Amino acid sequence: MALAELTDSGLAGNVLAGSAPPKRRRARRWAFLGVLPFAAYIAIFLLIPTGELIVNAFRTPSGAFTLHNIDDIFHAPFPSSFVFSLELSAMSALWGGILGFLVANAVLHHGIPRWVRPAYLSFSGMAANFAGVPLAFAFTATLGSLGVVTGLLKHAGFDIYPAFSLQALMGASLVYLFFQFPLMILLMIPVIEGLRKEWREAASNLGASSFAYWRYVGLPVITPSLLGLMVLLFGNAFSAYATADALGISNLVTIQIAQFINGNNVYDPQDAYALAFGMIVIIIITITIYTLLQRRTSRWLK
Amino acid sequence: MAQVTATPPPAASHRIRRARSRVPVWHVLWLVVAAIFFLAPIYSVVQFSLEGTTPPQTIFHWYHAVFDDPMFRSSFWLSIQISLETVGVSLLLMVPTVFWIHLRLPRLRPVMDLISILPFVVPPIVLIVGLAPFLRDFSTWLFVRPEVLALIYVVFALPFMYRSLDAGLRAIDLRTLVEAAESLGSSVPRTLLTVILPNLRAAIIGGSLLTVAISMGEFTVASLLGFFTFPIYTYQAGTSLAYEGVAVSFLSFILVWGAMLALYLLGRGGSSAAGVAIRE
Repeated sequence: MALAELTDSGLAGNVLAGSAPPKRRRARRWAFLGVLPFAAYIAIFLLIPTGELIVNAFRTPSGAFTLHNIDDIFHAPFPSSFVFSLELSAMSALWGGILGFLVANAVLHHGIPRWVRPAYLSFSGMAANFAGVPLAFAFTATLGSLGVVTGLLKHAGFDIYPAFSLQALMGASLVYLFFQFPLMILLMIPVIEGLRKEWREAASNLGASSFAYWRYVGLPVITPSLLGLMVLLFGNAFSAYATADALGISNLVTIQIAQFINGNNVYDPQDAYALAFGMIVIIIITITIYTLLQRRTSRWLK
Repeated sequence: MAQVTATPPPAASHRIRRARSRVPVWHVLWLVVAAIFFLAPIYSVVQFSLEGTTPPQTIFHWYHAVFDDPMFRSSFWLSIQISLETVGVSLLLMVPTVFWIHLRLPRLRPVMDLISILPFVVPPIVLIVGLAPFLRDFSTWLFVRPEVLALIYVVFALPFMYRSLDAGLRAIDLRTLVEAAESLGSSVPRTLLTVILPNLRAAIIGGSLLTVAISMGEFTVASLLGFFTFPIYTYQAGTSLAYEGVAVSFLSFILVWGAMLALYLLGRGGSSAAGVAIRE
């Protein structure tokens, strides 16, 4: 700690920087050695396995090149599970995005009592990370056929069963919404805060209503960001496995991949590689779109 | 006359303050909708556990059965061990690396940014497809030991640990600190240990909390490699004994909340780091 105070003088650094250039240059040549352990670790636990997985997607079990595995993705039962994965991700991303934006905007309103903001933010941080098995069981207790809210609704005269199901699109989207919605609140707050105060003041000086401000200034500036974050939510839902498994959904890509690894494989195990490769392709597409939209926003926002 | 001119300014400022603080109805509406949506499952979990017994007892009743279950104890203990191992390996690997990159190899920072988003591109369910056969061939000895989970979780925690440490190192004047220490005769490892680490305390605690939250809740890899961790116990309890399963779910809920609350109190702005979790 004493050292930290010493540097405040700002002298030591400048004097020393020029004192030993030859030694510094020699040291720089070997500097890369410092990141070798990390590089090796990432290679073993991330890069090599991913590379092998991609290569194996184009290989027969004996190792010859083939497009057969990729072709299998396009045959039953896989296309329907890809479709359901995409539908569920899109649905939860769309609703999570819209609601997250509305709530983030409400939380930031200056008239809201002071305690509201930290309460919503800390709860969102929790809920965005509360996924997987416990989330699925919590929703079974809420909206399952014997759930508490199901019972309350029935009592009020709305029997949601048998039309509703936590395994179908609507029900599963609601479960996913529990982590998508708060995630959007957290990601959206810095974006709304980035909107310049002068724009709002200028608009209201010219007589614009709050609605007109959003219609002609706020939303056009924010739209790329809003879409970009929804794409991010889409990818977030697309990779979900634990929540779906504990809910008992069977026709998702992630669930199908797990069935191959679990040992109760019915089909060609090479298909697991092809499915996993298909997921990587879709996630790379979403991240690319996200990056492009993000770049567009950064032109306007602080 | 003087009285008349004196009164308008306070009245006007009063009106302005009132106009500013008036919250549109729809803002309140959305906040209420959100509160209902977030609280309904929590209320239901507590209420659901009341219905399992006659006469009704509180949710704590179920914890007697859960805490007495040896399977619960062993799985919870295993998850805690794995979490601590993950934090240990992660810090040992990441702190020197990120420190070194900031100090000597700033050109590598874009590469690190890229590597730190890779775990999102390759989520757990995809990674394990390639990793399981690779690790089995690489070392059978390691493959059957629960420690392998900690080594894999280090990868899942990488984005959070990296971002946290990166932000922490950005906030201090690293070069000046190191050169000052050098001028007093300190070696680089000693500088890292005695000068840099104390300055990174908040970043290290923040990254570690997220790492614990990830490792305690990870289901995908543990289940597919066949280790009986806490999330697997939750899964089995929920599918065989509905009420105990819900009670255990409530426990995980409290755990995650505790970790996030600690993170929030620690950083205040740290909630953004808590944002993008790796979805399993």
